[in-house]
Amino acid sequence: MGLQALFFYIFAFVAVASAFMVISARNPVHSVLFLILTFFNAAGLFLLTGAEFLAMILLVVYVGAVAVLFLFVVMMLDVDFAELRAGVLDYAPVGALVGLVLVAELILVLAGNWVTPEAAGSGASPIPPLAERTNTAALGDILYTDYIYFFQIAGLVLLVAMIGAIVLTLKHRTDIKRQDISKQVARTPETGVKVVKVKPGQGI
Amino acid sequence: MTELLGNYVPIAIFIGIALVIGLALLIAPFAVAYKAPDSEKLSAYECGFNAFDDARMKFDIRFYLVSILFIIFDLEVAFLFPWAVSFSDVGWIGFWSMMAFLGVLTIGFIYEWKKGALEWE
Repeated sequence: MGLQALFFYIFAFVAVASAFMVISARNPVHSVLFLILTFFNAAGLFLLTGAEFLAMILLVVYVGAVAVLFLFVVMMLDVDFAELRAGVLDYAPVGALVGLVLVAELILVLAGNWVTPEAAGSGASPIPPLAERTNTAALGDILYTDYIYFFQIAGLVLLVAMIGAIVLTLKHRTDIKRQDISKQVARTPETGVKVVKVKPGQGI
Repeated sequence: MTELLGNYVPIAIFIGIALVIGLALLIAPFAVAYKAPDSEKLSAYECGFNAFDDARMKFDIRFYLVSILFIIFDLEVAFLFPWAVSFSDVGWIGFWSMMAFLGVLTIGFIYEWKKGALEWE
């Protein structure tokens, strides 16, 4: 138990510290690298609570894809980050308000658990003990049957994201030559070469 | 719970060793290496002439399209994992709900194929 608590404090402290560095680092590339560190520590926290699948998905999706996309943006894009940062203090009140709302929500959740501790364990689908069913299997048991509507809506959301990305960003250029592989393969010597008899003294 | 976390002890040890080696390699040069700092050593080197401009530049938006499409299919695969693990328990409803999910995303895939979003010109 002591080791578990030690790891919890390491992960929690590093997560909070690197989250702070994300917003205070001067170089945006460093910000994104700290964001990746935050994701890693959040994955560690998930792991400590037994949510093995969520921890691994956090690594695969957020560290593997989303953070790399962010890194891509800040490393390559032509944006003057010093100029963007100039007005950051003007937004501090709004940010403080959002933070306050989040803190209030956290307090409500924790206080709710403290007032009625039995409510926490009486969810619609309580988590089975890890010895009986692994975390991934427990998710799989209910996600595709009991929560089928949410699952299908997730699929539709992904479809909308895919189509939206294509509609917004895909522009076909017409001023260039494209390769048509089937046309190339179907070409024979007969269709590729034309023999023209040219009479002397005349052009084609 | 403890057995589950016990599985991850080798990873923790591995990260610890990696941390020690990494820090040692970072700190050792400060102690032992010969130092002759020069601003030219840190400047960008471009085949002998001075750098034209900043490395940041406008670049094609289709790089984002490729990575966003990658993330979407990444998430699709993430949904497949729990399904595969509890495949024998979800029954026909679970099977067909996944098939419907894959069907919806296949419609998107066909759309993007036909649109030519996967092609580079």
